[in-house]
Amino acid sequence: MEEKAMILLKPNEIGRIKEITGCGNIRKRLSELGLRRGVQIKMLKNDYGPLIISIAGSKLALGRGIASKITIQN
Amino acid sequence: MNTIALVGNPNSGKTTLFNALTGSNQHVGNWPGVTVEKKEGQLKYNGVLYNIVDLPGTYSLGAYSEDEVVARDYIVKGNPDVVINVVDATNIERNLYLTTQLMEMGSNVVVALNMMDEAKGKNIEINLEKLSNNLGIPIIPTVAAKRKGVGKLIEKTTEIINNNKNLDYQLFSYGEEIDKEIQELKSLLKGSDLDYPTQWIAIKALEGDKEVLEHIKNKKEVTEKLATLGDKATDYELEIVDKRYEFIGNIVNKSVKSPVDSKETLTDKIDKIVVNKYLGIPIFGLIMYTVFQLTFVIGSDLFGGYVEGWMESLGDCVNVFLINTGAPNWLVSFITEGIIGGVGAVVVFVPLIMTLYFFLGILEDTGYMSRAAYVMDGIMRALGLHGKTFISMIVGFGCNVPGIMSTRTLENKKDRMIAILINPFMSCGARIPIYLVFIAAFFPNNGGLVLFALYFLGIIVALIMGKIFSKTLFKGESSNFIMELPPYRLPSMRSVLRDMWDKVWEFLKRAGTIIFAVVTILWILSVLPLGVEQYSQESLLGKIGTIIAPIFAPAGFGTWQASVSLFAGIAAKEAVVAILGMVYAGAAEGAELITAIQGVFTPLTALSFIVMVLLYTPCAATIATVKKETNSYKWAIFMVVYPFVIAWIGAVLVYQVGTILGF
Repeated sequence: MEEKAMILLKPNEIGRIKEITGCGNIRKRLSELGLRRGVQIKMLKNDYGPLIISIAGSKLALGRGIASKITIQN
Repeated sequence: MNTIALVGNPNSGKTTLFNALTGSNQHVGNWPGVTVEKKEGQLKYNGVLYNIVDLPGTYSLGAYSEDEVVARDYIVKGNPDVVINVVDATNIERNLYLTTQLMEMGSNVVVALNMMDEAKGKNIEINLEKLSNNLGIPIIPTVAAKRKGVGKLIEKTTEIINNNKNLDYQLFSYGEEIDKEIQELKSLLKGSDLDYPTQWIAIKALEGDKEVLEHIKNKKEVTEKLATLGDKATDYELEIVDKRYEFIGNIVNKSVKSPVDSKETLTDKIDKIVVNKYLGIPIFGLIMYTVFQLTFVIGSDLFGGYVEGWMESLGDCVNVFLINTGAPNWLVSFITEGIIGGVGAVVVFVPLIMTLYFFLGILEDTGYMSRAAYVMDGIMRALGLHGKTFISMIVGFGCNVPGIMSTRTLENKKDRMIAILINPFMSCGARIPIYLVFIAAFFPNNGGLVLFALYFLGIIVALIMGKIFSKTLFKGESSNFIMELPPYRLPSMRSVLRDMWDKVWEFLKRAGTIIFAVVTILWILSVLPLGVEQYSQESLLGKIGTIIAPIFAPAGFGTWQASVSLFAGIAAKEAVVAILGMVYAGAAEGAELITAIQGVFTPLTALSFIVMVLLYTPCAATIATVKKETNSYKWAIFMVVYPFVIAWIGAVLVYQVGTILGF
């Protein structure tokens, strides 16, 4: 099992969120959108601009700054 | 009257449900003190009237944004009899997060499990009974867009109200340690006359909720107890969130079956093209250009033209009528030019606004707008701006009033303020007639080029000012881009039309009253002192023009007439051409005005004049909107002064450099 920052995931890669660093506000906001430890996500787009991931039933666009603070295990 | 509140995630179909429940008995206003929209409506069932309040769509009921605070304050203080929680069946887990918070507040909740058709399409199997029993909350499946299940929902809701039932559910555990803290805080809070239930305050306090902590800051014992937590406080915050999701997860595992791997949906297919690295921006440009063109052709040319014609005919009729009944000249003038002129200035604009809102509404309803913000974010971010800012800029091209109002979608204060401040550089529709007159007079063969150059200049200035503001006035981190991309859906014509009507009405009320008032005032200034020749230099208006004229001398148009019309343009941009006509020897619009202008301006001064018009102080309606949206006079005044300074510099530069170059 590998661990890497979300920002390094390639399209169609799947993984679970291991850790989210960064200030409390962002973590809270992300968790409200369903992005928490242990949750599975699938990378959809990661070339230019914000990343797009799919999580449970929804699609989220995340800025690269945030994506670099989320560690994925896969 | 009993009240029902609607709560739910954005894109969960809450508004569609609200429309289905209230029909045309709706009313949009503002929550006092904030710029959050308040939507209320009425439902009649079995002869009884119920008040329905549509709360802002939120993912959570914390204290992070005005939306959230408004929503939860209403639930906790406003005490609705029932809260209908709209839950998106294709995204149950995340949607239920809000539900857990409602449970913590002790509200009477009914869940409307919406979009059941889409869930079916995705092969999601939901055991409604199990879900309902485990949550302890009644669940009614609905497809609000097709009005399915709405009847049953109303039945259940009114049943709860009539039986005065206080729904009784087990609140879940947050783990031994936290549960203990909650109990201890509750007992410390007992007996105090706080506005909120103690259980909720205890949980929120442990969660570090700023508003709640502010509310209890005088309760010494409680704040001391909280202080003893020290480092554990942050852990508790996250733990509480986790426990909510744990509770949800357990329930959902037992009652919902989702297919493991989702197929590529139509939404995914469309997105492949629409957010593509290379195609995204051109597609967005194309869509916006089309909307723009349609708006101007339908709104301005077609309908605007007709409306203008009607207003003119009305003016003529009334004129003839009044003269025939022997009304004094001043009254005739006041009514036809003042009042009808004033009303006309606003009404002529309505078709444009309607069309703009119609098309934007359709784009929003389909879910495309989030993609647009996504696609523009890359470029905007390089300029220190947010992706959504570009959307407000596009709207501003129609009219700056809705342009500024559309900045409400920007959650971060800094992003929002900047978006508001740069919006007026988006050349609004009302300025076009001014450009057209000068183009006809001096650049008849290069009209398209001049127009394009003007719009382009406006955008450049906006982006530059945005970058400057980003680095100076609003230093600090720019917001992070976090946005949901909802599945594409067919727009609901009903919703779009209703939304359009609401917004047009708001425009009329706000802009309309101001434009009307100011045009009337201008008229008064033009006829005083009594006996003076209307619109002459001796009138009050003319005198004002004479006083401020020297300011414009370096820009090449330091005449009292030019000054007067620019001054009038602060009232309403539509007034500029009319006033120009009046002050240049009473010439009406059309060929006479063009000739008159050709006699007084030169191609160079015409250019510097329209650069001034492009960039200077926006109309009074826009200023009023800024004041309202920012809740501050300081920014409204800033909005009067700074564009003027920029415009002055621009116009002077054009003139002086042009003169040096020998034009």
